[in-house]
Amino acid sequence: MKTSKILIVDDELSVRTSLSEWFLEDGFRVETAESGEDALQKMHGGPYDLILLDIKMPGMDGITLQKRIKEIDSDVVIIIMTAYASVETAVEALKLGAFDYVTKPFDPDDLTRLVRNALKQKDLADENIQLKEKISELSGADEIIGESDGMKRVFELVDTVAETDSTVLIRGESGTGKELVARAIHSRSKRRYFPIVAVNCGAITETLLESELFGHEKGAFTGAQYRRKGKIELANGGTLFLDEVGDITAKMQVDLLRVIENKRFTRVGGNEEIQVDFRLICATNKNLEKLVEEEKFREDLYYRINVFSIFIPPLRERKSDIMPLTNYFVKKYARSMGKPEKKISPTAQEMLLGYSWPGNVRELENAVERAMVVGKKSEITEADLPLHLNGDGHASENLIKLDDLEKEHIKKILEEAGGNVTRAAALLGIDRVTLYNKIKKYGLKR
Amino acid sequence: MAFINAHFPPFWRNLPRDLNHCVNYSFELIDIPMNLNLFYSKERNQYHSTLIMAQLIKHLPADGDKIIGITDADIYIPILTFLFGEAQLGGRVALVSTYRLKNQFYGLPADSNLLYERVLKEILHELGHTMGLIHCSDFECVMNSSTYVENIDLKFSRFCKSCQGILGIECEE
Repeated sequence: MKTSKILIVDDELSVRTSLSEWFLEDGFRVETAESGEDALQKMHGGPYDLILLDIKMPGMDGITLQKRIKEIDSDVVIIIMTAYASVETAVEALKLGAFDYVTKPFDPDDLTRLVRNALKQKDLADENIQLKEKISELSGADEIIGESDGMKRVFELVDTVAETDSTVLIRGESGTGKELVARAIHSRSKRRYFPIVAVNCGAITETLLESELFGHEKGAFTGAQYRRKGKIELANGGTLFLDEVGDITAKMQVDLLRVIENKRFTRVGGNEEIQVDFRLICATNKNLEKLVEEEKFREDLYYRINVFSIFIPPLRERKSDIMPLTNYFVKKYARSMGKPEKKISPTAQEMLLGYSWPGNVRELENAVERAMVVGKKSEITEADLPLHLNGDGHASENLIKLDDLEKEHIKKILEEAGGNVTRAAALLGIDRVTLYNKIKKYGLKR
Repeated sequence: MAFINAHFPPFWRNLPRDLNHCVNYSFELIDIPMNLNLFYSKERNQYHSTLIMAQLIKHLPADGDKIIGITDADIYIPILTFLFGEAQLGGRVALVSTYRLKNQFYGLPADSNLLYERVLKEILHELGHTMGLIHCSDFECVMNSSTYVENIDLKFSRFCKSCQGILGIECEE
């Protein structure tokens, strides 16, 4: 169970000592500060769950200190202690976000109840943040669709590894659904009631990634106006998913290795070690072995993350998944757009199956979403699919027959030549007889 | 075990015997005269517990390990309105006050057996602190925090299994 940490700020030694002892006997971790300045100094050392603050102190008074503390850590619970039953001051403190105030000396029962309630509220607030994170994860979740042998193998591996706490490395081309597989592992694991926190390591700079992963203290860098928890801390109890792990810099590789090995880290600009418990799932579309060989990726980190590897085959190698995926996306977008579900015309199906899908499932999903937006008919036709599918060399040659193309071209040239066969034959680079034969074959008019 | 300035009932001399089921100490009973006026607060009409403990530890015999004082004075620490007892966590000295353990304090008829039970539990509680125990969430454990005298009556005069485990002892049934 988590032990709450309390800071007692009071200029009187006897108050600090006696409160300290009281809370130590209750099993709390306790620190004391004799002034506002001392308290602010301590704030940079580590997060507190609760601060008991004397309102009347020489130097910085309690109200000013409360404002400064809230600037550093807006989550901390503050209880104001006052020797005077000054309603005005207490109300001001409450307006500034104090949880409550107590008048010295306290009744032991009041103090116990107050602290218990304050910490309970903080726990609820923390839990609320975690649940919101969880909801946002769940609401964005998609099913993994696949009937091919390749995907059946992936499902088997997911089931095998989910219940263990092993680190997993998911490999596959961009758009194959690596994050979905990570979420599937998490949702089948014992950590499923805690969040899965995803970080795309390739999308941000080293400095931002550092702050994103480890969090930062107030003032750690320009713009760090508040203490912020990092993704690693948010993933406590759950799963940390690092996408595009092959793209991280050498420094981040060292930092990451340390936190994977020790499950401890410090926030950027902080000095308190924070212990975390998370399962790590990484994903990459890079050839990590090659990167290790080229000394662009640390070998020790490679072995740390490559404990259990899952490869997701590209969509072009599992054509039997294309139509089930298409139907799934049609249903998904029909529901979200409030439209009726559409069928796929035979020609459109042929086109979907003939394409090589270099962008994999993500490209297919985008194509279906677009078709659902632009399509006017009750079924998706080839005209609703993105144009590049028609012009792409990977698309099926059967979709537009050569004869049809020739017929249209001859018709167009004849029109340009004003029906003059000799001129049209010259423009087409063929002799007149051949052109006559083709006009006859296609039933064209001169 | 030190009785401070008070003539407690003779049968309280049985306290060490009644603690033995959970505490493996041999107790020496001593009577200590102490000028409590030195620790008296006129504003509060109470006696400063921490200062009494500082005086008390001076009476710890050379071969003694811990000293626990029993007083009938109403004790306090500056930040709290009252205390039933105080102890150094993991330390050598503790103090128990009988003042608010008496039924008469709450306008009820005296009950010497109930008072004895409460004193026994409070002594065991404070000794538990000197042995490093913190408050326990088991409401029947003697280490449960008591802010009302009724809480004390709910507790047993013994450590729960978990606290026994921490101390590495087994209380006799």
